[in-house]
Amino acid sequence: MKDEEIPAGEELVCGVENRFDEDRRYFLKQSVAIAGLAFVPGSLVAGGENALPESFGDTENVKLSIAINGKKHQLNIDPRTTLLDLLRERLALTGTKKGCDLGHCGACTVHINGQRTLSCLTFAVMQNGTKVTTIEGIGTPEKLHPLQTAFIRHDGFQCGYCTPGQIMSGVSCIREGNAGSEAEVREYMSGNLCRCGAYPNIVNAILEVKNSGEKV
Amino acid sequence: MKPFQYLRPSKLKAAIEMVSGDPQARYIAGGTNLIDLMKRGIVAPEKLVDINHLPLKKIEYKTGVLRIGALALNSEVAAHETVLQKHPLLAQALDSGASGQLRNMATVGGNILQKTRCTYFYDTALPCNKREPESGCSALEGINRLHAIFGTETENPAKTCIAVHPSDMCVALAALDADVLLSGPGGERRIKIADLHRLPGANPELDTNLERGELITAVEIRDNAFARNSHYLKVRDRASYAFAIVSVAAALDIDNGQIRSARLAMGGVAHKPWRLIAAEKSLEGQPVTESSFRKAAEVAMVGARGFGQNDFKLKLAPNAIVQALLTAAGIE
Repeated sequence: MKDEEIPAGEELVCGVENRFDEDRRYFLKQSVAIAGLAFVPGSLVAGGENALPESFGDTENVKLSIAINGKKHQLNIDPRTTLLDLLRERLALTGTKKGCDLGHCGACTVHINGQRTLSCLTFAVMQNGTKVTTIEGIGTPEKLHPLQTAFIRHDGFQCGYCTPGQIMSGVSCIREGNAGSEAEVREYMSGNLCRCGAYPNIVNAILEVKNSGEKV
Repeated sequence: MKPFQYLRPSKLKAAIEMVSGDPQARYIAGGTNLIDLMKRGIVAPEKLVDINHLPLKKIEYKTGVLRIGALALNSEVAAHETVLQKHPLLAQALDSGASGQLRNMATVGGNILQKTRCTYFYDTALPCNKREPESGCSALEGINRLHAIFGTETENPAKTCIAVHPSDMCVALAALDADVLLSGPGGERRIKIADLHRLPGANPELDTNLERGELITAVEIRDNAFARNSHYLKVRDRASYAFAIVSVAAALDIDNGQIRSARLAMGGVAHKPWRLIAAEKSLEGQPVTESSFRKAAEVAMVGARGFGQNDFKLKLAPNAIVQALLTAAGIE
C-alpha cells in the first residue's frame, strides 16, 4: 500500500491529571481484557489489529500515529507503553517476542524506518511518525521471506522463541553488508541470544541467503 | 513504572526550559539506558522530555575540527567516512560496544551520559551510595570482579563507590582529547571530555559535572596525527556484546621509529574514562619498542588498587596497555 505522510516531530504536551485514578482504571480494564481474551477463539485473535477491543491496553493520554507493516495506525496510548508492548498487547502482533524486556537478548528486534532496533527499549510515543516492520511484515506462511526459508532448511532454531528477533536482525545484518563471513555474522548477530544454542545453524542460514545474492 | 508527562519540544531552548526548572524532569534521547532504569524503578521522572526532534544530528567537518551532533547515532558515527578516515579509533571503540540494534538507537550524548552497569546500582534491594546516597557500597566487599582499580577512595563507607563508567566511545574520546559542547539555562559552554565525568569523591551519586538542565549538543575532535597508528583493545568475558573488563585506547604519532607523542586512555577501570597522561608523557621521544610500552604501562599503573575479585585487573591492565600499543604501532 502507499504509505501516507505522517508528521514527525510535532510539538506535543500532554497532562497527567488524575493519574492514580487512571492507574486503577488501567489495571481493571486490563484485567477484564485479559480475562476476556482467554475465551476469544484463536482465529479471532489472529484476525489482526482490529480483532481486539479499543480499550485493550488502555489509555487515552497521548496521540500516536505510526505505520506498522504498511498499515497506518492512529492510537491513543499511555506514554509508558513500550513499542514492544504496543505491538503485542495492543495490536496483537505477537510475533515479536518479549525475552528479557531490558535490552539484553534481542528477541524483540524490529525494524524502525528500516533499521534494526530493540522494541523493548523505546517508548511507542517516541516513534510517532515512523514506519515499523515486524516479523509479520516480512513474510507470510504462504510466501516466506528467503531468510525464513533458510532458517527452516538449516534448522536455525529449537524452541523458536528467539527466532523472530534472529530473523529481523539477520535481514538487517545482510542489508548492512555485515554478513561477509562467519566471523562477521557472529560479531554482528551478537545482540541476539539463543539459549537453545542454535548459533551454527543460524549463521549458516544467514550466510546462505547472503551468498545467494537474493534481495532481502 | 511511575506515570510521567511526555513532552516533545522541537527547539533547544524550549527543551532546556522544560528540564532546568523541574528537578523531576529528564531528557530522553535513544532511551536504551534510561528506559531500562525506569523499568527497574531506579529512575522515576515525572516529566520526560523527548529531545529526538531537536536539530542535533549532524556530523560535519570544518577547518580541522570534526563536529558530531549529540543526537547522531552510534552506528552513524561508526560508519561515517570522515570518522573512519581521521579518527578510526573512535569508530573502532563504537563498533566494539553494545549490539547492532543498540548502536542504531543509542546517541552520542546518551552514550556519554549512560549510568554504570554495577549490579548493585541496579539491585534496589541492596545498599548503593550512587543510587541512594549514604546507604553504603555493596560492591566493596561483594562481587567486585568488574569494578574500579583507579580513583577509588574507601575511607568513608557512606561515600565509597567503586563502580566503573561503562562506555567504550568515551575512552576513545578521552584519548582523542575531545571537547563536549553544552547548552544550559545559563547559555553555552565547552569542556574537555576529561572534565565532564567525575570521580565519586564526596558525591558518588553524581556522574558528571553537568548542571541541572544542561544538555550535550555536540562533541568536537580536532585533527591529529594519530589516525595511522591507533588501536582500541577491549577485553571482555565473551567475544562480543559485553562490557569491558578492561579496555585501552592507544594512539601514537610515530616519526622515523620514534614516538613524537602518544595518547592513552582506559575503560572499565575507573568511575570515569581514565586518561593516562603520565604514561603518555613517558612515551614521548622513546623508540617504538615493547620495552618502551612496558615502561609506560608501569607508569600507568601507579596508584592502582584491587578489591579482591578484581585484583586480576592489576595484571591485566598493564598487559592490555602493552598489547594495545603494540597493535597501534603495527608491531603485532
